[in-house]
Amino acid sequence: MLLASIAIGVVIVALLWDLLLPPAREAFERHRARRAVVPAGDYDPGRERRAEQRARELLRSCVNEEEWAMYRDLGFIRVWGAMARAPKRPGEADYDPRTGAPYAYLIYPHKPIVAFLPQTRELLNEYCVAFPDETRPYGSARLPDSDDVLAKWMALTGDERRLIATANMHLPGRQVDPKQVRRDLWRLSQWERERIRRTQRPEGSVSAP
Amino acid sequence: MKFLRMKPGHGEVLIAEGDVEVAEDEERLVAEFRRQLDQGLWAAVPSRTAGGRRQAQMVKAFDDIPRDAERVIFFPRAAGGA
Repeated sequence: MLLASIAIGVVIVALLWDLLLPPAREAFERHRARRAVVPAGDYDPGRERRAEQRARELLRSCVNEEEWAMYRDLGFIRVWGAMARAPKRPGEADYDPRTGAPYAYLIYPHKPIVAFLPQTRELLNEYCVAFPDETRPYGSARLPDSDDVLAKWMALTGDERRLIATANMHLPGRQVDPKQVRRDLWRLSQWERERIRRTQRPEGSVSAP
Repeated sequence: MKFLRMKPGHGEVLIAEGDVEVAEDEERLVAEFRRQLDQGLWAAVPSRTAGGRRQAQMVKAFDDIPRDAERVIFFPRAAGGA
């Protein structure tokens, strides 16, 4: 009887051991990780912020006032396409039959450029393009957000054809959520409407309730 | 004329400055322009159209830079992203 009780006890302990050991070990590891001293290195979080601030000033000094306000308020810039024909869709040999319709691009920081038809808000293509600085002077090849936007803006307004030829073209939705882009286009239309209303409203007048 | 270069983690950096009407300055600017392009950078001059609209002009040679340009901005060459 005693022997049987001891055997049962050993089995129970063995089962509990298997059950309790992993969480106990995990808790101990977590505790150790929390108390571990992490070497700070020479990373300066303020540097990225200062870089972005400088980049914003440079962007502001280069783009049109409306484009700057758009970026400040909405987080992207719309640039009108200047080619006679909107770019071809991926995999299609011929130009879109809607050729001649005005088209435009949305420039987001560190995201693909999205081409669209403003009249119908139809999304045409995504252009994946990056400006990696391989010299990596500060440990990263990534430009500050506003510098990335300015680089895209300069390349698009200065030589749209070359930038489009360099970029990897994809159908909409590969990286940028089409719902988000449509929402941004709606926000843009509201923003423009408000802007027009503000410029038309005589100074000092109060709008009707 | 100022030469600015976009740098990761820093924003723009002034890399050269000079008066293109002064021969010595112009030589220095030409050399710096070539050096930046040899490093694989693109160069753009922010400009205005006759209608006052702002845009950029991409330049591949020093002679392409308008003589009255205030700034030339160098930035990493575009590459197809993922």
